[in-house]
Amino acid sequence: MEKFTQIRSSAIPLPIEDVDTDQIIPARFLKATTREGFGENLFRDWRYNPDGSPKAAFVLNNPQYGGQILVAGRNFGCGSSREHAAWALYDYGIRVVVSSFFADIFRGNALNNGLLPVQVEESFLHDIFLAIEADLKAVFEVNLEQQTITIIPSGAQASFPIDPFRKMCMINGYDDIDYLLSIQSDIENFEQRQKRYFTNTILP
Amino acid sequence: MQAELNMNKTLFDKIWDAHVIKQADGGLDVLYIDRHFIHEVTSPQAFDGLRKRGLGVFRPQQTVATADHNVPTKNQHLPIKEELSRFQVDKLVENCQDFGLELYGLGHPYQGIVHVIGPELGLTQPGMTMVCGDSHTSTHGAFGCIAFGIGTSQVEQVLATQCLLQRRPKRMRITVDGQLQPGVLAKDIILYIIAKLTAAGGTGYFVEYAGEAIRSLSMEGRMTICNMSIEMGARGGLIAPDETTVSYLKNRTFAPQGEAFEAAAAYWRTLYSDPGAEFDVEHHFDAADIAPMVTYGTNPGMGIKINEHIPTAAGQTASFGKSLEYMGFQAGEQLLGKAVDYVFIGSCTNSRIEDLRLVAQFVKGKQKAGHVNAWIVPGSKQVEAQAKAEGLDRIFLDAGFDFREPGCSACLGMNEDKVPEGAYCISTSNRNFEGRQGPGARTILASPLMAAASAIAGKIVDVRTLLN
Repeated sequence: MEKFTQIRSSAIPLPIEDVDTDQIIPARFLKATTREGFGENLFRDWRYNPDGSPKAAFVLNNPQYGGQILVAGRNFGCGSSREHAAWALYDYGIRVVVSSFFADIFRGNALNNGLLPVQVEESFLHDIFLAIEADLKAVFEVNLEQQTITIIPSGAQASFPIDPFRKMCMINGYDDIDYLLSIQSDIENFEQRQKRYFTNTILP
Repeated sequence: MQAELNMNKTLFDKIWDAHVIKQADGGLDVLYIDRHFIHEVTSPQAFDGLRKRGLGVFRPQQTVATADHNVPTKNQHLPIKEELSRFQVDKLVENCQDFGLELYGLGHPYQGIVHVIGPELGLTQPGMTMVCGDSHTSTHGAFGCIAFGIGTSQVEQVLATQCLLQRRPKRMRITVDGQLQPGVLAKDIILYIIAKLTAAGGTGYFVEYAGEAIRSLSMEGRMTICNMSIEMGARGGLIAPDETTVSYLKNRTFAPQGEAFEAAAAYWRTLYSDPGAEFDVEHHFDAADIAPMVTYGTNPGMGIKINEHIPTAAGQTASFGKSLEYMGFQAGEQLLGKAVDYVFIGSCTNSRIEDLRLVAQFVKGKQKAGHVNAWIVPGSKQVEAQAKAEGLDRIFLDAGFDFREPGCSACLGMNEDKVPEGAYCISTSNRNFEGRQGPGARTILASPLMAAASAIAGKIVDVRTLLN
């Protein structure tokens, strides 16, 4: 996983609530067996017509907007557990998603892939949308060490929560698996103690 | 001391605590996973990860694989026509061979939707922790276990270590008291609950379902309830095991047998929330208030009773308007009488034998409306075989329904089973998201009975008016 400490970037506004992972990456594009290339189909059906031509009204097709930060309405990432949603955002170049509320599985998937979910109050989210409206190239700074997001033009700042362990992993680029592999003897001891739980799934 | 502490534990905490190996730095629990299911769509990158790290599968006998998400539901004996789907399914076969995992793939008598086969094979048992790279893993909670969906990175972690790093979620209890009206099914209970609590109302929680209306459900009904826990944002839902659970599991293929079964059942009967157990949130509903439900929007929280009207636009967000525009509905109108083009009876929510029996009982001797495409997709090869043994397939064919082979099918349209742009589909599946059943498809979620009745009528009807 790539390390993340801080970024300064303009932001892409998506003021829609309950953006589900089927919108982020529709199921029919989940057939790849690698993690790369999903960015091409990010928000596929909002972004393109059935004939493949771009839908001009969609924000990703508007060259005036851009940046590594996506700002979306509440309950972002609900629905399917597909990690492809996090891969698609990351592959497209997004490094931070800001919302007033994230779905659990998406939040976890994002954190496992170096994509930072920044949860702010509804009023601050509104301020971000206003700042982008006032200046499409408005810059924002996200500092993971400090756990802050700053609207650079106004100087307004908010802090965001993050699990201390996840923060440490993001900053250092660590994966959970490194830690879990390091405690294998604890896992084996636990299995010895708790034998009654486990039966083979394969018929003898 | 231990006994005293246990006096006030929730069912969830009893199971969770029994699976915590240790607490990691930062307060995350290292949670041991008893059972792991994998399928073709969310596993290939996990196996790639293992290869890159030079790792094997730590406990291969605790993982079971099946092919369900993108498989065709016609001619499963032939090679898969769609190249990418075929590649993904072949990759699963290769990965299972390379890593020594049990695969119930296409052609195997146990193949089927992962959340249908786990329970019917007795792999799902009370008190377990279970995960799968699929958000509807919550289904298994019907047996009184902790089951939740995970991402592919976590699939890799479980394959490599049989563990996950997890923060303990908050606990919610939803109690549904009283008895259901005729024509109202488990599906209506859960759509009603989600409509009340919204699509995000359960986020951060694990839900225990309780109360007379839940307790009187069959295991199939309980699975339908727990299945859709994720549709209100909850990672999982669970129901305390009881005699219904124990008798369902008796003699199942992978359930303990003989004396071992009795010993297991004795343990299972200890799995319930203690009278003094505290929940972070409690909700109470009255079963008598629940009617057949339909959704009118593009998330499962946008549901109404069949005789109700879509809410008016006043005070709604922009997303509400966008949603109605997509569905082609007007704020304030009713869904009763709206024409439907497709009927889909299937998915991990409603494709079990009990669902098929209910549908067969209703459509027997009737004919579907001429303009309606009606698909019935059994949840597994075993459900398909059972339906055929009972002659349900004949009833479906005689009524003009297409009875297909098992898979996730039109629930998410990864295979050919797609609903065309603009068409209305009344569906027993779990998500009415934009494009879920195909680009531009319009999904109305409902119970199997409501779907069957609408197929016959060719329009949305209140099944209660058609029951004897």
